[in-house]
Amino acid sequence: MKRLTCPVNGIRDIAEFQYLGPFRSTSPEDAAALTEHLFYAPNPIGPMIEWWRHRPTNTVFLAERHTATDHVLRTWLPGTAEPQEGKTQNG
Amino acid sequence: MADLTRLPAPWGARIDRTKTLSFSFDGKPMRGYAGDTVASAALGAGQWILSRSFKYHRPRGPLTMAGQDANTLVQIGSEPNVRADRRALGAGIAVSAQNTSHSADRDTNSILDRLGRFLPVGFYYRTFFGPNDGSWLKTWEPIIRKSAGLGVVDTKLPEGHYDRRNLACDVLVVGAGPAGMAAARVAAAAGADVVLLDAEPETGGALTYGRYDATILAGARQGLDAAGVRVMTGATCNGWYTDNFLPVLQGETLWRVRADQVVVASGQQDQMLVFRNNDLPGIVTASAVQRLMRHYAVRPGRQACVFAGTPVGAAAALDLKEAGVPLAAVLIPADASLPAALMAQLEAAGLPLRKGAAVLEAKGRRHLTALTIATAGRVETIACDLFAVDAGATPCYQLPLHAGAKLGFDEATRIFTLSGQPDTMHLAGTVAGAHGLAAVIRSGEIAGAAAAKALGHAVAAPAPLADDEAGAFRTYPVPTGHASGRDFVDFDEDLQVKDIVNAVKDGYRELELVKRYSTVGMGPSQGRHSALATAQIVARETARQVAQIGVTTSRPPFGPERLGLLAGPHRSQHRTTAMDGWHRAAGAKMIPAGIWWRPLHYAGPEASTAAIAAKVAAEVRSVREAVGMLDVSTLGKLAVRGPDAAAFIDRIYTMAHAKQPVGRVRYCLMLNDMGSVIDDGVAFRIAEDDFYITATTGAVDRVFTEMSFLNAQWRMRVDIQNITAAFAGINLTGPLARRVLERMERDIDVSAEAFRYLDGRTGTVAGCPVRIMRIGFTGELSYELHTPRSYAPALWQALLEAGRPEGLSAYGLEASRILRLEKGHIIIGQDTDALSTAGELGMDWALGKKKPYYIGKPAVEKRAALGLTRSLCRFELDVEAGAQVGDSSLVLRDGQPVGFVTSVAASPTLGRIIGLAYCHPEDNAPGRSIRLRDRTGTEREARVVAHAFYDPENRRQEI
Repeated sequence: MKRLTCPVNGIRDIAEFQYLGPFRSTSPEDAAALTEHLFYAPNPIGPMIEWWRHRPTNTVFLAERHTATDHVLRTWLPGTAEPQEGKTQNG
Repeated sequence: MADLTRLPAPWGARIDRTKTLSFSFDGKPMRGYAGDTVASAALGAGQWILSRSFKYHRPRGPLTMAGQDANTLVQIGSEPNVRADRRALGAGIAVSAQNTSHSADRDTNSILDRLGRFLPVGFYYRTFFGPNDGSWLKTWEPIIRKSAGLGVVDTKLPEGHYDRRNLACDVLVVGAGPAGMAAARVAAAAGADVVLLDAEPETGGALTYGRYDATILAGARQGLDAAGVRVMTGATCNGWYTDNFLPVLQGETLWRVRADQVVVASGQQDQMLVFRNNDLPGIVTASAVQRLMRHYAVRPGRQACVFAGTPVGAAAALDLKEAGVPLAAVLIPADASLPAALMAQLEAAGLPLRKGAAVLEAKGRRHLTALTIATAGRVETIACDLFAVDAGATPCYQLPLHAGAKLGFDEATRIFTLSGQPDTMHLAGTVAGAHGLAAVIRSGEIAGAAAAKALGHAVAAPAPLADDEAGAFRTYPVPTGHASGRDFVDFDEDLQVKDIVNAVKDGYRELELVKRYSTVGMGPSQGRHSALATAQIVARETARQVAQIGVTTSRPPFGPERLGLLAGPHRSQHRTTAMDGWHRAAGAKMIPAGIWWRPLHYAGPEASTAAIAAKVAAEVRSVREAVGMLDVSTLGKLAVRGPDAAAFIDRIYTMAHAKQPVGRVRYCLMLNDMGSVIDDGVAFRIAEDDFYITATTGAVDRVFTEMSFLNAQWRMRVDIQNITAAFAGINLTGPLARRVLERMERDIDVSAEAFRYLDGRTGTVAGCPVRIMRIGFTGELSYELHTPRSYAPALWQALLEAGRPEGLSAYGLEASRILRLEKGHIIIGQDTDALSTAGELGMDWALGKKKPYYIGKPAVEKRAALGLTRSLCRFELDVEAGAQVGDSSLVLRDGQPVGFVTSVAASPTLGRIIGLAYCHPEDNAPGRSIRLRDRTGTEREARVVAHAFYDPENRRQEI
């Protein structure tokens, strides 16, 4: 079972987490951008920023993950500074 | 076979000769010793045939004595497929052979062995199609299943107890042979928390049965103790999963091990030499002979031959001589390169060496009687009843392959190699390509040091040791098929050389296809002994290198695992409401609803269909005519609080909540980004900055997640809590509901003027803090009382007592469904699907037209422009006509399906069948009708009703 580092709770089993989808920089109120996201998801090979949630503590955070290697490069809370690659906020 | 007895001590290190155990094999009484395995006890009692082969029903005996082959699968009592060479002998157990039509010794199906030419490779893909369409299922499949079965499952088996436990460590070392013990010792000495496991009942691996100085084993064990290594014996690591998550099976326990680093020192898998009749009982691997003698003191034969392909076989020959088993011949194949010192030892011992010998054929019917060999062109037949074969071994490569390692092949020694495993996995011993004992131990020390170093411990890495004996360890090529066959490549599936050759000739050049066509490697031993031989044949037949062929994809589990271990301990995943005990005592039939148990009705759990219908009708009638109450504790409940609470839920739900007055309750409808309806509930504004929101039982977790997720993006000043389990809910409903509340001690005015429809109040009723909402699913005057869970049983009792004059009684989910259907209310998830829009549901009124944004608004506008393709209508039929209309019955228009029934029930109030169905939008109008195809296939005409079936003007809920 894979492990993921929650910015609040540290390294936990992946079973404790929920994937919430890719990070979108556009406004949900922008109908054209929303259509693009819903029907033309790019699904790139390479690093991608995604939303994740630690379920027991309801912690929603961001993770940068390489979609080919499944390697998580970094995780951080929204609204805080992005940490360096390979780092998480709590060290 | 009768006079096969045990060897004297010190042979038999694992058995206790002072404790004899009685058991039976195929009904014959036998005796073994404490410490025996089932297989060693049977062999010690002269029973060599333990099973019959899968296809030809050939007699089979032990092959590896290491739990690696399928030959020793037996049935013990009601437990099938027990590995007899791994299971400890228990007193009084009844062992029986599997896959026989009588017993292991006398199997009437062995005639199949002579019909072999009618059972070619891939035969079941080609043969069993006729004569009719159903022939496979009706005729052939039952016959084949009976004759090629693997044990009998007892469906009346009593429940067992299985545990699932977590274990965390710095380093997990898989395999407690000399390499694993060295790795564990070094890593633990450097400061790591180390767990060392082995499938055998003791540590030591080859040191326990091989021809080694006993002080080496004693020293290695002392090293483990001194370094503080945690040892698990009788434990199998059954797979590798991402980030070193390793399932370990030990007895009735499944350990979920998480290790920072893992050392794989899993050893090797003996390979069988391929020759005619190589499967006869009496032909075993050389290490199996050593295990039989050193562990169990079993005298393996009266006259032995040995194939010494590597130093292991040579050592086994010396062991046999030492044990007093006469040796007829020791075959040294031409390709062998045994160390000179070992050759000198063999010569000095005066063993009958046959240098350059090749095995042509084994003879015997139920046991080996002789071998035919060729030495330098001279063919001779040698009488023997034991043939110890050492044709080399392959590394036990499964775990590294699970972890993504690549398999290579050394053409010189014909042994698979491993590379490219993850950084946190370290290989040691034969898996790492080391063979001589000194080199094996050193490779373990290197792996242990590497694991400790990766953990941050200061440790000096020892230098690799030159492996003097490396070249002596090798495997042997597969000869071209014997003219008369029976030269087995895969014992599990009875596949011979010609079967693999023919599979390639039939067009299957790729190994994965050869496997699927021939079933090679699909048996219980999962290709441990057949993979290399198959790869060699396919390489030869397709003129490629073995490295290009490789082995079929290796996936967990490594070995068989009992379903009970996977199922784990029985745990109910359900929640119960605070009134659960009352419901059950009151005769409720409980059913699961999402993660909850809910009362379906109160007719009793075992009531007849007629009695249930009568009770449900009575429950409905009590609500319509007097007053009833329903436990709605399972409703999802969310607290949304903060300065931005109103603005927040205004964006989440479709209706206008920003200006919702304090003390009012408003319906809420939730859409997704596609504009589809995903949930509904009500929002009670308790204070300016405090909303109490309900969600459907099954969707509340999703709604809560969605709200949390959205606020992580929107970052509004709002706090969201899921308080579903903290509050219980009781819906008090019926024309006399107010009278019940009026009689109760309370600080809330419940009069019609002070507490109107869709009002919400907080206060105290019968000493319980409550939130009361005047809402109703039933269409009657309703008060929904929510109270903290701990108060709920008291409030429930107080209500029952207060309502006694009105005949207040509880009703269940079934009555609730009918009551809501009579009002035409929808249930999200039952009457909606992933595409349902508010428009299709006739709920455009719930969409806030003036709001700039709510989730799904952009999609609602786009989809509205496309027009409706279907519409949810309310329909009704007479009782007789609608008796066979059910959920999912099709709605037909001009003979074409245009929709389906989503809800249907007999209404006790109206005396009709009523329901909801998707239909063509034009048909959803008063006076129209729709055609339904009922369960019998009959088309029924149903009237479309434009309004609620019951109380269309909604007067009753607002009184």
